[in-house]
Amino acid sequence: MAVKVITRRPLSFLERTYLPQILGGLRITWRNLMRPTVTLSYPEQRPPIPKGYRGVPTLVRDPNGREKCVSCQLCEFVCPPKAIRITPGEIPANTPGAHVEKAPKEFDINMLRCIYCGLCQEVCPEEAIWLQTQYSMVGRTREEMVHNKARLYELGGTLPDTHFKWDHKRDEAERQAGGHH
Amino acid sequence: MEALLLDLLRSPDLLFVVIRGVILIGVVMTIAGYAVLLERKASAWIQGRLGPNRTTLPLVSWIPGLGSFLRLGGFIQPAADGGKFLFKEDPIPGHVNKPYYVLAPIIALAPALAVLAMIPFTRLPDGTPLALCPGADVGVLLMFAVSSLGVYGIALGGWASNSKFPFLGAVRGSAQLISYELAMGLSVLPIFLLTSAPGVDHGLNLAVIVQQQEGVWNILRQPLAAIVFLICIFAETNRHPFDMPESETDLVGGFHTEYGAFKFGLFFVAEYGHMVIGSALFILMFLGGWHLFPGIPMVGEGVWATLMGLSIFAAKLAFFLFFFVWVRWTIPRFRYDQVMRIGWNVLLPLAVANLVITFILLALQG
Repeated sequence: MAVKVITRRPLSFLERTYLPQILGGLRITWRNLMRPTVTLSYPEQRPPIPKGYRGVPTLVRDPNGREKCVSCQLCEFVCPPKAIRITPGEIPANTPGAHVEKAPKEFDINMLRCIYCGLCQEVCPEEAIWLQTQYSMVGRTREEMVHNKARLYELGGTLPDTHFKWDHKRDEAERQAGGHH
Repeated sequence: MEALLLDLLRSPDLLFVVIRGVILIGVVMTIAGYAVLLERKASAWIQGRLGPNRTTLPLVSWIPGLGSFLRLGGFIQPAADGGKFLFKEDPIPGHVNKPYYVLAPIIALAPALAVLAMIPFTRLPDGTPLALCPGADVGVLLMFAVSSLGVYGIALGGWASNSKFPFLGAVRGSAQLISYELAMGLSVLPIFLLTSAPGVDHGLNLAVIVQQQEGVWNILRQPLAAIVFLICIFAETNRHPFDMPESETDLVGGFHTEYGAFKFGLFFVAEYGHMVIGSALFILMFLGGWHLFPGIPMVGEGVWATLMGLSIFAAKLAFFLFFFVWVRWTIPRFRYDQVMRIGWNVLLPLAVANLVITFILLALQG
């Protein structure tokens, strides 16, 4: 094997006093001191949230204000720490959303169990549950840390998508029903 | 007015002496407190952090709009630090030697405060120095003698703690003091040789030494002595890279591992007190004390010159306190054997050689 022999140059007199090296070190620390800080004043300054960040899971409505969740319970099934608990409910017949399959009567996410894995968002066929950008969660009691349906919609807001999947289904069904006559 | 002030500053009446002493200790304690803040701030800046900047007086942060400005970047932090030390529970571990354990922090702090009496801060309008004991002809000798006593606090604290890490710290501290005391004393001898030329009285008086530097600062006449003395100050004050007695990475907390609350606070303040004294000594003996630049005599007349001198001295002191922190984050701690080798094999011979060379040069001059 080829061995590369490096001849070690003996230290010069100045190098053996270490003083120039110490001065060089002082210069480096001084440059660091002059550099802007890398930390943030946290509560006032917030870090930029990267795209695809997995924050607190929330429920969203569509632009018409309809809750997107249809209570299929896939997220409850997939949730590794079993943080989600859904009670499905019917939608009353005389409401504008009556053509939608179902809606959750209750929807609880226990944030003390949630591991922010994002599987619920991935599995949701209705794009109803989203892990958004909120990363700071505090509560004074255990009960407070269980998000109920109202809180989840409050955190989630509206998703500006324009699928209107259920409206299209209703329109299609009506069209086909009309075509048979 | 001016005469009255001078009288108050010089009155031998015990009451006034005590008042002057209390004021001096108060001022230096405040400086030590802000030296801690400076250390925390400068450390943070060097590491790219912001440092402590939240502490504020009660209610101030509620003032709308002005609140965050009046916080002044955590200017009140030393009061919070001190208050914490003061009001914390102060437990004494069961395995310590109680009397010596309690005595050690006091012994650590007392020499630092005692030495302060010798330091001349500026020149009064009538030409005498502003100091608690202005006329002490043994000034420098006494400062060296007393400030070295501070290590007894470390040794005693480490021994009385009856625990392995503090004991190791104490042993290291004592060995380090012995190694560096000699070089330190020998390195300043040339200064006295230069100052105490024939015809000069009170050659060991610090004020006289400063007055002699009105033309040329001693750091220019004796650069080698200045370097040796500077390194020895770092060793004497147990600061990085010589913080052998503490060396938190290998000795937990060193000699004060078993100490908490106010007793630890005393050790802490003592370290900064020693930093102030070491810096003041270097400034007085090598950096021209209260003179602005080499070759420039005191500016202004009367009281203005006094105040100018005081602020120049304070500015130099502030720079030196910063320099201690600056060096701390530049040079890593030496290994114990390296500390010994530098002290005995390098600094001591250098100091002796410098002394002999100065002898010869002075003899050749006649």
